[in-house]
Amino acid sequence: MKTENRHEHFEPPSLLGNLLRSLHIDIPLFIGLVLAALLSFIILYSAAGQEMAVLYRQAARIGLAFALMAALAHVNPNQFKQYSTILFSFGIILLLAVLVMGEIGKGAQRWLDLGFFRFQPSEMIKLTTPMMVARYLSEHRLPPKTGQLLIASGLILLPTLLIAKQPDLGTAILVASSGAGVLFFAGLSWAFIAAIIAALASLTPIIWHFMHGYQRDRVLTFLNPEADPLGRGYHIIQSKIAIGSGGIYGKGWLGSTQSELEFLPESSTDFIFAVFAEEFGLFGCVGLLLLYLLIIARCLHIASQAQDTYCRLLASSLAFTFFVYVFVNIGMVIGVLPVVGVPLPLISYGGTSIVTLLAGFGILMSIHTHKKRLSR
Amino acid sequence: MSNSFNIKNNVFENRLFLNRIVAAFITIIVLASGLVVRLVYLQVVGHEHYASLAKDNSIKIVPLVPTRGMIYDRKGKILAENRSSYSLELTPEQMPDVDGTLKRLQKLLDIPDETIETYQKQRRRQKQFTSSPLLIGLNELELAKFAVVRPYFPGVDIRTRLVRHYPYGEITSHVVGYVGRISETELKDLPVAEYRGSSHIGKLGIESSYENALHGKTGYAEIETNVQARPLNTLSETMATPGSDLHLTLDIDLQKTAYDALENYNGAVVAIDIKTGGVLVFVSRPGFDPNPFVVGIDNATYQSLQNSDNQPLFNRALRGLYPPGSTVKPFIALAGLEYNTISAQQKLFCPGYYQLPGASHKYRDWKRGGHGSVNLNQAITESCDVYFYRLASMLGIDNLHEFLQKFGFGEKTGIDLLGEKSGILPSREWKQQQKNRAWYPGDTLITGIGQGYHQVTPLQLARATATLANRGNIVTPFLVDRLVTAQVSQPGPEIHQGVIPLKPENLNNVIEGMVNVVHSQRGTAKGINRGLKYIIAGKTGTAQVMGIKQNARYNENEIDFKYRDHALFIAFAPADNPQIAVAVIAENGGHGGSVAAPIAGAVIKQYLSEQP
Repeated sequence: MKTENRHEHFEPPSLLGNLLRSLHIDIPLFIGLVLAALLSFIILYSAAGQEMAVLYRQAARIGLAFALMAALAHVNPNQFKQYSTILFSFGIILLLAVLVMGEIGKGAQRWLDLGFFRFQPSEMIKLTTPMMVARYLSEHRLPPKTGQLLIASGLILLPTLLIAKQPDLGTAILVASSGAGVLFFAGLSWAFIAAIIAALASLTPIIWHFMHGYQRDRVLTFLNPEADPLGRGYHIIQSKIAIGSGGIYGKGWLGSTQSELEFLPESSTDFIFAVFAEEFGLFGCVGLLLLYLLIIARCLHIASQAQDTYCRLLASSLAFTFFVYVFVNIGMVIGVLPVVGVPLPLISYGGTSIVTLLAGFGILMSIHTHKKRLSR
Repeated sequence: MSNSFNIKNNVFENRLFLNRIVAAFITIIVLASGLVVRLVYLQVVGHEHYASLAKDNSIKIVPLVPTRGMIYDRKGKILAENRSSYSLELTPEQMPDVDGTLKRLQKLLDIPDETIETYQKQRRRQKQFTSSPLLIGLNELELAKFAVVRPYFPGVDIRTRLVRHYPYGEITSHVVGYVGRISETELKDLPVAEYRGSSHIGKLGIESSYENALHGKTGYAEIETNVQARPLNTLSETMATPGSDLHLTLDIDLQKTAYDALENYNGAVVAIDIKTGGVLVFVSRPGFDPNPFVVGIDNATYQSLQNSDNQPLFNRALRGLYPPGSTVKPFIALAGLEYNTISAQQKLFCPGYYQLPGASHKYRDWKRGGHGSVNLNQAITESCDVYFYRLASMLGIDNLHEFLQKFGFGEKTGIDLLGEKSGILPSREWKQQQKNRAWYPGDTLITGIGQGYHQVTPLQLARATATLANRGNIVTPFLVDRLVTAQVSQPGPEIHQGVIPLKPENLNNVIEGMVNVVHSQRGTAKGINRGLKYIIAGKTGTAQVMGIKQNARYNENEIDFKYRDHALFIAFAPADNPQIAVAVIAENGGHGGSVAAPIAGAVIKQYLSEQP
């Protein structure tokens, strides 16, 4: 780390370097994200039945997301740290508001209608939860002590449960893992990690008890999709057929019959990976995974270079959460995890998830580009 | 950066964090590798399996349903046709809200609750992603109403279906039959491949008996479809072969005449072309309108048909069993002559009753006081019961049975219709087997006048009459004259031919008696002989429905209609060159001469007037 710092310190100043520094954009990460966005257009064109209107809407969303990323990259990470508590509290209040309105509206509600646009507080919580936990833990010596762990766990569980109640299992998992990521990178002892895993395993029947009927169905379906091939197992079976029929080299771009002929449900949103796998085969899938791994590696690199505890914890947690996104989505599409509503990051159509994701990358870039030049 | 940061940012914390970064990255690599392993399993190991599943998904073999053959009468008039009809079809999987859509449709098109209920029941049995009709036979107004709002009803479509239609309705219901939806039990016995895509099958009559020929051969198309089974692209096609058109021997105008002539009587009329065996008239009255059965009859209507006292669903001509009554007498007389039991001139005395030797029971004649001395000719003409009691007694049941069997009594005629009854021609063996009783001499007596155990179908009676008219050359009735496809015309069923050896003078004697039935002053059917340019040979009959007690008198006007005697009449004409044989049964008609004979007379008159 010292050598890295020294290397950067001795880099001769150049016009381009200055320009980039003033933009606060991390070029390797930026290239990775742009590649992913381009892939998104390519797959979406095929998955959405070659409808340009879908691409325009996605382009608008991605444009907005990149703008937000650039804006956040300009913010000094200290500001994030400073406002963590306020942003987190605000998010929790919004979640409660959504819940109350949902009660009134007698149904699941995830949106807050602000008149001019609809806002999904759970998206914001995906960022503010790791910010909050990182902020709390960074104020103490690492690794965290038991008491701090309990408080941190409370900070994670509160939004997680509120979102799970909406019910939005996918987002709840992402929020929980973003908080858990912070704990992990803060040095949570391995024994503790093992204990948590054991506790979760033993809690399974209780969790089962509190699950909604449709959530139970999903788990049962995951365990045996062929039991109800035309009903609940349909997604998984069709998705496996699409992926498996793609083979090693795939059927080529626009060559997917399963999504083209509408056999594959939600082919442009949560199940877009199946279309990708059908058209680009094993090579394409491995390539996509490599792109994701490179983005994650760059994020972890940024985390390792971060200058204070808050930045490190936040950056590493964001990187980790990004992987959870990838893993949960691909895992469910290829039938190794139950179906939960998690999109394929940067590729899936729609949702505010892409905006949140790029906001996260904006924070990462901010962390990387606002380092003090420490002369030692 | 604050001071606290610098203090805490020690080497230990740095190392811990870097360790965690490495641990996390290793975990990520391991989990990602797990995904890759699974992908290899799906895309390399399972590729072939999933590729074939994918193909199954998108390529469907769609049956091309053949057009059902038409049914024509002997003059080419249409008896069964396929009409295109508009139906409102629903595919529940394409509908966002089935119940809501049904409600809106109900409001829009004024659909009765009952129809909705039936549809809901039917929907549960329906295959996924197939459409089924909610309404069949939409009219112009309904079509227009729906067309306007169609975009607001996803999953609801107007389709054209070919619907079987029977223009003559109840007149032909028992002979042409009808098609109906294939039932689950029928499905089990059907060749699955041939009926994939067919919704209807012949249920009755010609429609059922000639199902194979009428149905045609199902074709197939390989079609690329999307998930809603909506066809996108046809890959290959094997056209369906339409069913054969059937040309019947039936004369629909004659059929109508016979049906109308029965008026309010339940009964049957069968007329046969003697030269060929072709059935000209095959009436069972009352009939029923077969058209509702095609689209799916509602339960109330079906129950009312099923429970009606008149039994409109019962094919009397084919399955109705009646005592032949006196119509059997010409055959008994012929037996007496053929077995040399009696001569044509020999007279027997009729005092109005007959007693078996040593028995007190009186077998009565229909004519109180009797016919006096009568010979064979007079006995047939006046239908003298005592003459035939005595003749039967002289012949014995064994001879009677042997002789009557030659004319097809007690066995199926072999007509090309399914479900024919064979009737009963009693014998010693039959009674022993069926009743576990010995044959009594009294049984023979009443067999001699067509009462007792002897039971015939109207078709059998017509056939026996035709065979008699054909001078012993056995006539086998059939309905389908030829089966016509675009390429070939095939004859109908193969006809059994045989000859009953009969002496011509014996035949002439019997036929002369039958001619006198119509044409002599004492004939029991003399009412129909007015203005005839040809000679009809006939025989009346009256079949008892209710047993009459000894010494009791049968008074037609005092008893319930349903216990009145059945009126029968058999005839053929012209007697010197027989062309048409007719058998008529009018249930509870009373007298064969006054009720049944005019019906036969009308049929014969119309048929012969059209012959060259």
